[in-house]
Amino acid sequence: MRRVSFSRKIFVVINTIFLVSLALLCVLPLVNLLAISFSGKAAANSGIVTFWPVDPTILAYQKTLQNSNFVRSLEISFARTILGTLLSMFVITTAGYALSKDFRGRTPLMWFFVFTMLFGGGLIPSYMVNTSLGLKNNFLVYILPGAFSCYNLILIMNFFRSIPKALEEAALIDGASFFDVLLKIFLPLSKAGLATVALFTMVGHWNEWFTGILYMSDTKNYPLASFLQVIVVQGNQQDLALDPTSAAAMSERTIKASQIFIGVLPILLVYPFLQKYFVKGMIVGAVKE
Amino acid sequence: MKGEKDKGKYLQPKRSWKQEIQRNWALYVLIMPAFVLAIIFCYVPMGGLIMAFQNYKPWLGITGSEFVGMENFKQIFVFQESYQAIINTLIIAVSKIILGLIVPIVIALLLNEVSNVGLKKGIQTLVYLPHFLSWVTVAGMMRDVLGLDGIVNSAIQRLGMEPIFFLGEAGMYRQIIVLSDLWKGFGFGMIVYLAAISNIDQSLYEAAQMDGANRFQQTLHITLPGIAPMIIVMATLSLGNVLNAGFDQIYNTYSPLTYSTGDIIDTYVYRQSLINGQYSFGTAVGLFKSGISFMLTVIAYKLAYKFAGYRIF
Repeated sequence: MRRVSFSRKIFVVINTIFLVSLALLCVLPLVNLLAISFSGKAAANSGIVTFWPVDPTILAYQKTLQNSNFVRSLEISFARTILGTLLSMFVITTAGYALSKDFRGRTPLMWFFVFTMLFGGGLIPSYMVNTSLGLKNNFLVYILPGAFSCYNLILIMNFFRSIPKALEEAALIDGASFFDVLLKIFLPLSKAGLATVALFTMVGHWNEWFTGILYMSDTKNYPLASFLQVIVVQGNQQDLALDPTSAAAMSERTIKASQIFIGVLPILLVYPFLQKYFVKGMIVGAVKE
Repeated sequence: MKGEKDKGKYLQPKRSWKQEIQRNWALYVLIMPAFVLAIIFCYVPMGGLIMAFQNYKPWLGITGSEFVGMENFKQIFVFQESYQAIINTLIIAVSKIILGLIVPIVIALLLNEVSNVGLKKGIQTLVYLPHFLSWVTVAGMMRDVLGLDGIVNSAIQRLGMEPIFFLGEAGMYRQIIVLSDLWKGFGFGMIVYLAAISNIDQSLYEAAQMDGANRFQQTLHITLPGIAPMIIVMATLSLGNVLNAGFDQIYNTYSPLTYSTGDIIDTYVYRQSLINGQYSFGTAVGLFKSGISFMLTVIAYKLAYKFAGYRIF
């Protein structure tokens, strides 16, 4: 054992206290919100709730889940997350696999895709194009324009490039097609990479709020993220809120807190999986040899 | 790594495009979905940038609207609001870049000194989390926590001071924006540095210990130089974000009370064009931003390649 000096011991204690406080600082706002969402009306409104519910009740959650507008937005969020992720993964794994090969068209195609990462038409031209394609008030606007992402394409491509070439060459010599190689060799060997990108895409879809606000004229077509933007940020309770009688029995604050928390819950549920993969996935995909 | 490009050239016999398609048609088919989506949703909108040089009227369309040359761009610096939005963008974005660069490095170095593996993992789990919350959620939390009945103000009142309407104070808005962005992102920003630290050759530390170097000296002379290439890459790449102050965050937290210090190019473009109907002027401001960002990003990639051998693909 190495001798540990006194000053080192003091450093370790202070450092540990500092880092633990910092880590708590990252989740305490969420804990405060959770405590408020389970607190009674009077306690929540008077601002005495800290990190544990006062007058515990689940009324806010009952009312929120009885609100048909809220439930509909939840359904739209799930639909766009699942369909959007599937489409996006299809588009980038096919292209990512092809671009992991060395062939004559690769370099010009890579520049073609990378340019989309560096420059774009911006808000208004994109809005005009999407509108003229009939995507306004159309569910497809949630999944089509964002399906291709150059960043994810590069991540997946780098994963595929890390798979030994010999495996593929052997299969090709045995008469397998590029499609066979992708399905039977590359996909099974890239589970970690695919999981990373899929989970990131899912979180992105779940959290995306602007498209709904921009393209849907009727708030009934909003996904949860846009719904929350209207209720929590704009503070507009008109179109989406509870009926007046149940609203009167509740604190607006607990309702908002419960809605935000239900919105965060799916992220918290996939978080352990995310964390398992993203550290490794980010590094392997981002750092090339 | 550097020789890879040349190597490919020699291995591949030069073929005509016809032979190439015959041989690799499957690869081109596989790229097709991504190619089509990129054309429709990335390249076609770039054509719409022509609006920035027109006086666009929705009923005349892109082909029928009057061409005005650089007129819209000249106005960017004439209007007080757009000029202020550019200044705010620069101040907020540069502050975010500087803090977002330094803080993750410092915390990663401190976390590296925690020897208990369980504690280290636990801290990491908690500090990564805010990155995955949407700005709508975080803005909702900020409105609650920093609101007049929020937990911060009840603490302030307990200390005998007057409550502060944080999100309505123009003088505090930029600081709140920069700090909340740091709160959300510093943990995730650490990942690359922690990975770089774990890649450092452990025998260097053993040798230093033999020579009597203490932990601080080891950090200064082994760990820091070991992650220097990563620091250079992150620093140069952040150059491309000098005009990115964060639309989601600002849009969900600002109000007319804080426009003077918090309105940024992106929020200004949104209000001018889609709310006020000034499509051409909004597009011009947007193009001004993306043009400069494009140049900065290209320079950043060149620098990152030159100093740290970093390549995009």
